[in-house]
Amino acid sequence: MIEIKDIYKSFSGNEVLKGISGKFEEGVTNLIIGGSGSGKTTLLKCMVGLHQPDSGSVLYDGRDFTPMSYEERIEVRKEIGMLFQGSALFDSMTVEENIMFPLNMFTEQTRKEKLERVNFCLERVNLEGKNKLYPAELSGGMKKRVGIARAIAMNPKYLFCDEPNSGLDPKTSIVIDELIKEITEEYKTTTIVVTHDMNSVMGIGDYILFLHEGKKFWEGSNKEIAHTDIQELNDFVFASRFMKAAKDKF
Amino acid sequence: MNFTNFGRYILLLKSVFRKPEKFKIYFKEIAKQMDYVGVGSLGLIAIISTFIGAVMTLQIAFQLVSDFIPKTIIGSVNRDSSILELSPTISAIVLAGKIGSAISSEIGTMRVTEQIDALEIMGINAPGYLILPKVISGITMVPLLVIISMFLSISGGYIGGALSGAVTPAEYMQGITTDFNPYTITVALVKAFVFGFIITTVPAYEGFYVKGGALEVSQASTRAVVISCISILACDYIVTQLLL
Repeated sequence: MIEIKDIYKSFSGNEVLKGISGKFEEGVTNLIIGGSGSGKTTLLKCMVGLHQPDSGSVLYDGRDFTPMSYEERIEVRKEIGMLFQGSALFDSMTVEENIMFPLNMFTEQTRKEKLERVNFCLERVNLEGKNKLYPAELSGGMKKRVGIARAIAMNPKYLFCDEPNSGLDPKTSIVIDELIKEITEEYKTTTIVVTHDMNSVMGIGDYILFLHEGKKFWEGSNKEIAHTDIQELNDFVFASRFMKAAKDKF
Repeated sequence: MNFTNFGRYILLLKSVFRKPEKFKIYFKEIAKQMDYVGVGSLGLIAIISTFIGAVMTLQIAFQLVSDFIPKTIIGSVNRDSSILELSPTISAIVLAGKIGSAISSEIGTMRVTEQIDALEIMGINAPGYLILPKVISGITMVPLLVIISMFLSISGGYIGGALSGAVTPAEYMQGITTDFNPYTITVALVKAFVFGFIITTVPAYEGFYVKGGALEVSQASTRAVVISCISILACDYIVTQLLL
């Protein structure tokens, strides 16, 4: 479980996060949603330590991450997997080398064992046999799936996904969403997905935290989201005509 | 580079020299970088050094018109100029353009495509993994390239003199073997070591802290080459002042 308490973060006097708190349970898909500039990616980066919050704490199963030393953080980070918005695959490495990279760095496994793990991860994301391709040879959806395979290579306890559906067609988006949900339930990871994709919200949002102008405006599940009176949330979730029309059916 | 940037540069270097997570992987990266910096630059350095040596011979011959000055002096002036100044400095400036821009754009692109963030999240010391192998290859390969450059520059002088008739091969050979001071080699290697460090760390710094997209990466790359060249010339003066 990951718990955030009263997170504040500002850049050059501009306050981006204004006291965000929340609890993200393991084995369920936790979503952070909000419009552009609402602070969701900043919150995610504060949680993984890419940004240092001005105040507040991030607890990984009770371990406060924010005051940790560099060496202590390394130990926590070995338990983290992350899928980036642009996949962030290493251009100079093949798919196999990308997935094997954390295994090479942090395990003493033999090459055969590592290769077995790579093939298992690739199979898990339906990319068997793509070992020798370079990221430049992959489609957007395939890159995302390799990103997920790399993220789960070390059996992470915590999985972070930053806008996993951005730039993908609806069908591929659903494949990625389902994959994230399956992995979360199968490996009991604490999964946090930052998104503004309404299909993801309705499809996999077990717990949803809605940010608006750097503040937490609402929290609940995808079943509850259609029945709130909060104007800002309704404006965000039911912005499109399709969603407005579908609202009554939820 | 203002004081803030200099401070960040020093802090980055501190991170670069942290203990590697796994030496084996770092060694592989070092070997790859040595190949790129050393072997990959050999052709360019060879061509430049040979021509500079040849041109130097012609120019020295052109300026030494007095009958009181023996022609053997062309060889010794060419030798000392090549060893002390031309080989280390010109090689370093050329390498700053070739390697410096490559390092800056490589690391800068990794920054804007979140590859550096990915390394950090995995628990890898990104400055160490990305920059340390480049620094080690720079401080080892640049001195080697400079040694080769010295040899080729002096040889180029021989060829240039012989082809143009500005100095006979015998006079040139006598010139380069007379009154040789081995200490000049030490000075040149100290310079090469310092330049190798600058050529790799300054562009790495510029690339590592890039913010934005493709435009900012290219700007960082240009800035990296300019700052590296100025730093090389400034350090050239300081090292020369201290050692000679």
